[in-house]
Amino acid sequence: MVETVRQFAANEIRPRARAAEEAKQPADDAIAAAHALGLVANALPSAFGGGGERSAVLGALVAEELAWGDLATALAILSPALLAFPLADHGSAAQQAAHLPRFAGGSFVPGALALVEPAFGADPFRPRTQAKRDGAHYVLEGEKCLVPWLAGGETVLVFADEGGEAQGFLVPRDAAGLTATPEAYMGIQALPTVGLTLAGVRVPAEARLGEAEGSDLAGLIARGRVALAALGVGVARAAFEVARDYAKEREAFGTKIAQKQAIAFLLAQMAIEIDGARLLAWEAAWRLDQGEHALREATLALDQVRRIGLDVTDGAVQVLGGHGYIRDYLPELLLRNARGFASFEALALV
Amino acid sequence: MPISFAVTEAARVARDHFHEMARAHMRPLSRKYDDLEHELPREWVDWYWKEGRGSGPLVPGPGDGMVQVCMQAEELCWGDAGLYLRMPFAGLGGSAVAAAGTKEQKERFLSVFQADGPPAWGAMAITEPGAGSDSAAIETTATLDGDEWVLNGTKIFCTGGEGASTAPGGFVVVWATVDKSAGRGGIKAFVVPAGTPGMTLVGLEKKLGIRASDTATLRFEGCRIPTANLLGSAEVKRGSKSGDKGFKGAMATFDASRPIVAAMAVGVGRAALDCLKEELAREGVVVRYDVAPTAQTALERDVIQMEAELQAARLLTWRAAAMMNRGRPNNLEASMAKAKAGLAVTKITQKAVEWLGPRGYSKQLLVEKWMRDAKINDIYEGTQQINLLIVARRILDYSSSMLR
Repeated sequence: MVETVRQFAANEIRPRARAAEEAKQPADDAIAAAHALGLVANALPSAFGGGGERSAVLGALVAEELAWGDLATALAILSPALLAFPLADHGSAAQQAAHLPRFAGGSFVPGALALVEPAFGADPFRPRTQAKRDGAHYVLEGEKCLVPWLAGGETVLVFADEGGEAQGFLVPRDAAGLTATPEAYMGIQALPTVGLTLAGVRVPAEARLGEAEGSDLAGLIARGRVALAALGVGVARAAFEVARDYAKEREAFGTKIAQKQAIAFLLAQMAIEIDGARLLAWEAAWRLDQGEHALREATLALDQVRRIGLDVTDGAVQVLGGHGYIRDYLPELLLRNARGFASFEALALV
Repeated sequence: MPISFAVTEAARVARDHFHEMARAHMRPLSRKYDDLEHELPREWVDWYWKEGRGSGPLVPGPGDGMVQVCMQAEELCWGDAGLYLRMPFAGLGGSAVAAAGTKEQKERFLSVFQADGPPAWGAMAITEPGAGSDSAAIETTATLDGDEWVLNGTKIFCTGGEGASTAPGGFVVVWATVDKSAGRGGIKAFVVPAGTPGMTLVGLEKKLGIRASDTATLRFEGCRIPTANLLGSAEVKRGSKSGDKGFKGAMATFDASRPIVAAMAVGVGRAALDCLKEELAREGVVVRYDVAPTAQTALERDVIQMEAELQAARLLTWRAAAMMNRGRPNNLEASMAKAKAGLAVTKITQKAVEWLGPRGYSKQLLVEKWMRDAKINDIYEGTQQINLLIVARRILDYSSSMLR
């Protein structure tokens, strides 16, 4: 499976990455082709047409390979899980039956999860967006950002504070009072995202994820942090490989620049940090698969990736020098993408 | 091989055993023997030899159970890295005999460590005043005279060198050249039993940390040992390729020892981090993993980074060890682990002193000692820079002549 995804990333994703980024359009061909591999559907419960093989470790392996190809495309490919996994984990029987079969179908259906908020100091664990019960309905008020918004989606999972507890709500994209404004970020420009304004958005009480049971936002964030850590490792590995290959080709003062310790040691440090971060991500994923909550381990992994991902991609730009700064080469894109991890939460799930 | 981070029940039991040994028998002596520097930690040495040695599920050494060996090293260095290095055991000299010795040599030199006699030590002597990381440049000579090798030269920074050179039963593995003109191909390892005439303990280094460890200078003047004490073949392989091969064989000892040193580093780092967290808990400070980065205190950010760095170092260490268990080449991974752990733990212990303020800096706590102890891990068994060089050559697929 991982080998298949690796080849897919090399043959289908990477060649389209630059054009998609420049066009600020998702690489639809690659996304459709990835759906055929069943990367998300295989992990969904078999009762709803899925493969019934959910594994956070496998999810982390797949995420790294996809992100090695291109982060924005990887996030698009994995977006169905943003709805499907929380539904599988916490959805009521009725919610699962209503939503899950679509994600196991023949064509790609994107998911959307609205957790991140734009206000300074916003805390993913304690959304400022409010959900107030009003008879048989909830009324949602607030602002979200960084919500993946690929064409063809119908529902967005919005996290909001309900009396001091974070809860998820399944909101139709066309709900009255919901305004989606396209965003532009420094990186991941091939991934369409929106900011959401929720102004008196009314959803039925049954729209609360898990209905009476509710859900577990911290658990969801842990799964998000493992996924993001693995994606970040993929971005860093891509940068390392570009820098390594360039350094072995580029000559200065009569030798390859890789033969200079200043460059060679930088590359060695990149390799060490990437392997260390990958092991942290794998361990956290493995703990999730053992049934542990693993928020601490997931947090450590993402924390490490947030640092080393930036260091490695910045180092790659540096190794390529002026060539690293121009858009003919990948490192500048990888640096822009790596910086995003400081702000990302639950942009992908395992 | 599926990805698993499971710790077996046997390993868990072993880890608990060594943790308790560290807590009960090492920690109470830490300050005392740091202050006394070169004095033999008699309570620890005698207790370990009589009670501790045979009580554990494993004794230190490469081979099977390498991950457990690393766990043991971590636990005991969580206790005290200086006392760990001073414990009566075969040490790196033992690793060399185990790796390169014949069955007869292993029996002859290592059985003392299972026997009931007085405590014994093993040590390895490579570094010289003029040759540190560049171990191919060593100048100590070995000359064949009849059925004896005659060693001449000076070795420094020999860890455990006092015990190994003076206490009966122990030995020092000495690297020397049998033919300087052959370069690396002429370098061989010789087992010199403790008390051999011509081997003199010149002195012990006064160090920044690991002060309980006897870091010796040894002089060899007409020091005669039987030819049967040579580890490996006496044949000098000439030509860069085959010569390199023999040298690489000797260097392979590091593939086993570097993960252990990395694990030792992790133990020291964990001691400091545990102490910081205990002190914080006493003050009612809780490190939160479930808040926005903007809401984290500088302390929380640092502690989380220290935890992540320590765990990354530990996992890299266990990976290198596990690969050795499976008989897979681990030269790259061993150096990665050593480079990561040495530096990470240097920084972690420095941060712990910083956050604990005047108390951290004071000798009321052991954190200042752990900061001093930690630094050596980024130096011995290959400095940070040497390990980066090895990693760089591997990832770039460069020979030592391509990347000097």
